[in-house]
Parts: sequence; structure tokens; C-alpha cells
Amino acid sequence: MKTEILKLLEKDCRLTAGQIASMLGASENEVVNAIAECEADGLIIGYMAQVDWDKAGSEAVTALIEVKVTPQRGDGYERIAERIYQYEEVESTYLMSGAYDLCVIISGRTLKEVAAFVSSRLSTIDGVSGTATHFILKKYKEKHLVFEKMPEQQERMVFF
Amino acid sequence: MISYEKVLSEKVQNVAPSGIRKFFDILEEMKDAISLGVGEPDFITPWHIRDAGVWSLEKGYTKYTSNAGMLTLRTEISAYMNRRFSLQYDPSSQILVTVGGSEAIDLSLRALINPGDEIIIPVPSFVCYIPLTQMSGGVPVTLETKHEEGFRVTPEALKALITPKTKAIILPYPCNPTGGIMRRSDLEALAEVVKDTQIVLISDEIYAELTYSGKHVSPANIPGLEDRTIVINGMSKSYAMTGWRLGYVCGPREIIRQLIKLHQFAIMSAPTTAQYAAIEALSKGDADIERMRSEYDKRRRLLVAGLRKIGIPCNEPLGAFYVFPCIAGTGLGSDEFCERLLVEEKVAVISGSAFGPGGEGFVRMCYAASNEQITEALTRIERFLGRL
Repeated sequence: MKTEILKLLEKDCRLTAGQIASMLGASENEVVNAIAECEADGLIIGYMAQVDWDKAGSEAVTALIEVKVTPQRGDGYERIAERIYQYEEVESTYLMSGAYDLCVIISGRTLKEVAAFVSSRLSTIDGVSGTATHFILKKYKEKHLVFEKMPEQQERMVFF
Repeated sequence: MISYEKVLSEKVQNVAPSGIRKFFDILEEMKDAISLGVGEPDFITPWHIRDAGVWSLEKGYTKYTSNAGMLTLRTEISAYMNRRFSLQYDPSSQILVTVGGSEAIDLSLRALINPGDEIIIPVPSFVCYIPLTQMSGGVPVTLETKHEEGFRVTPEALKALITPKTKAIILPYPCNPTGGIMRRSDLEALAEVVKDTQIVLISDEIYAELTYSGKHVSPANIPGLEDRTIVINGMSKSYAMTGWRLGYVCGPREIIRQLIKLHQFAIMSAPTTAQYAAIEALSKGDADIERMRSEYDKRRRLLVAGLRKIGIPCNEPLGAFYVFPCIAGTGLGSDEFCERLLVEEKVAVISGSAFGPGGEGFVRMCYAASNEQITEALTRIERFLGRL
């Protein structure tokens, strides 16, 4: 049941325990307890809204930065990853296979701000051997959510 | 001056138009209305299926296909019927691809009916069976299914309606609007009734994949019924492909051969683009079916639990995507209930009376809607009930 609850909340975290209980044929109490356990065990790490900042008038920019790293004895990539992801500006950090090691997504108010972050903070970290910064020009879809919905079909038949 | 009443066919003029139209004109004008009235998936066709249609256009596959539909598609249909429902049909002689399940229903009735033949039609059910029977010169004989019996056809009710003129029985299960299904034992009981007769079963299984309790059983699965059953299915409900207009009909080769004649002269062949999309859907779309069914199932439970909580009794619907609650306890007739609910609370549901005799006292609510819409509709219905 936990997996089912997680799937439902991942799609819509505003569902109430009562609604989830109806959908899964469980009691409200069971659902409340299961969610509490998921939170305590770190299966659920947060709840948030997906915002279209472009539409909200924000000029902020987002960049995806490829980071090459020299792994450190004992700690591998962990320590460097931790040093990077603790910056407020960093949205996401992933360890990658392939041509580079860490993928860091950051957002800043301006292009300059992002550039400054890369040159003064990121590339100066011991063990970071190179970076390549790609600015995101337009977001189409994130977490299964589409930013600009296509117009709906017109003139649908309404009854049968 | 020409008198249209005189030139037009009496049979056609006598068919009553759907009375729901006016109701939906009101709905169109309304802002913030929630419609649980529409009877189609709220999903759009999965992209890989749409893409297959687009690809076929890019390749220039825009000509007619063979009358019965592309053999590749019929082969996929055959494999699908076997994989999903354990039914065996020869792609080259027992399958016809049609323009939606609706055409298949029309063809089947036209191919069977001689003037005055009786067609037994369980009601409440989909609105097309009665007019199509009439237009083919047949006589619709309605069989009222009961709320207490899960809206199933019982052998007793069936036996009582059979006469020497009975040509066929329509089995619309899983059922729009009642959500009723027929289990294997129910079908076996019907088999006992018809086995020594010349009666044909037209099984409209368009909602077969939307069965929430156990697996769908077709009458063609029942020994003794396979050689007298016409199975109608299609892409609309299982793959969210209503607008593609693609269905199919499977059955004994002697029957299919006659259906192909009607289809070839009236239609030529089903739309080619849709046939390519259907090949993709049937061969690679099982996961889409499961995903959408599981989604409908959750909404179904949400709506049923919500209705019971606010005091509207309803059967647990076991198939399709409709709940058919009884609103007789409110003291309102079905039409009045729907009209007032729409005007006062801006929630559209369909009056049970639209689905034939036996529908009065019920309304149809479609749960192919978002969780938010269902929840908000329930809030509004509760408020509405509080004022009655």
C-alpha cells in the first residue's frame, strides 16, 4: 500500500488522507499512519508546488553545469558533491556516468550571478577539474508537468 | 413546394432525437461548471500511438486499405483477443475493422434483421441499440435490468421475453451507464436458455478492458455460445482513442462475410491513419491500458465512497467508467434532479431516463474526470442535497 500512496502523492501531494483511503479501499487511519512512516523514514522528503516562474514574471536563469571531478581517496565523489550541493543556489546535483561526473543544476537571478557562482565557487573547489555551463532557454516539461498546455480540441461531442 | 415530411423516410423521422442536447447547450454557456456527463476518456491518446499515425502520414500511407482492414491490423487484433480474452479468431476470415464500435453494432443488426424480427435489448443501456434496431426494420424488446441484481441479465428475465420472432440479444457489458458486468456464471446461465434456439448474441465489449473486479468474460468464452456470438470491441475506451473512430467485430466467418458486404458498400474501409495507430496500440499498448485502468479505478472508488458518504446509495460499478446512483430518495425525478443540479450547483450529470426504461430514479456520473473535479462535484452535490 505504501508504494500506491507514494505514487498518488507524487502526482498530487494535496490529496487528503481520506481521499487516498477511498481510492485504495483502505481506512483513513491506515493511510495517515503510512504517510507518517514514509515521512519519518525519509521516503517522502518534501512537498512542493511546481511553479512556472517565467509566467510569474521572474527573470531568473537556470543552468545545467557539467562538472569533472578528481575523486578523493576514501570519500570518492561524496565529499565534493556535498560541498557543491550545500550552496543555496544549487537546485539539483546528480552523479553521472559518461563524459563528466557531476551534473549540477543551479538557478540565479541573472546570467552574471550564475557565471560568478561557477567561476568563483564551483571551479575553485579542490578536486573540480573542469566545468561546462549550459543555460536553459526554455522549460517545456518538468516532473511530468507540461508548462504550456496545448490548446484543447474544440467542438467535442458532449453526450452519448 | 417540397414537403420534407413526405419525402423523408418515416422510419427515420420516427426516431426520437436525443433530449439531452438542450441541457448541454445550457452547460456550454456556464462558467465553472463541472461536467461528469461526457462519456469518453479524459486522457488523450498516448503519444507513441499518435506518433504511429503521424508516421504513416509522413510515409504517404493515405490510400484505402482492403475492405476488411489491413491484414497486419487484423492479425494484431487476433493476437490481442487471444492474449487478453482467450478468444480465437482467424485474421483472414473472422475479423472486420470498422469505423468505431458503433458501425459494428449497426452492421450486425442490419445483417441479422428481417422485417419484424425482435431484438432483446437490456436497459438502461447505451442509446444507440433501440434506434438502430428500428431503422433496420426490427422490433426492440427491452429487458429491464435491476439495481438489486447488479443490472445483469438473468435467465428468467430473458426466457420471459423470448418469442419465435426473437432474432438476437444485445449484451452491452461492461455496461454504459450502469457499470454492471456479467460474470462467467451469469453467461453460463444464459447459455442454457439460448442453446437450443437460433438466437444470436451481439456482445458489445467496448469497455471490456475497464473491468475492475476479476477479468472480463465474453459470451464467446462460454462453450455453446462461441458459434452464435458476435463480439464488438474497439480502440476508443481502452486506449483513449475515441476520435480515431476505429472498432472491430469478430465472429463466425459466415456472419463476418455478410458484414463485410455492408461495410464495403457503405464505408469502403476504415480510416488508414487510424489503422496504423491501432497496430501500434494493440502491439505495444498493454501498459497504457493498465495505467489508465488503474487511474479510473482510483477515481471510481473516490466517487463511490463520496456518494455513499453524502447519503446517495449506489451499486459498486464493476466496469466501464460510470457510477449509476439511485436518486429516488431525494424525492426528485431524474430529469428534474439533473436540471436543478446543473442550474443550482453547476454540476452536469445525465438523467438515467436517457438510457431507456428502467433508468428513471437514477443518474449517470462519469468518473473519467480529475480528482479535483470529482471532489468539487461531491461538495456541490452535498450542498444541493442539503437544500432539498
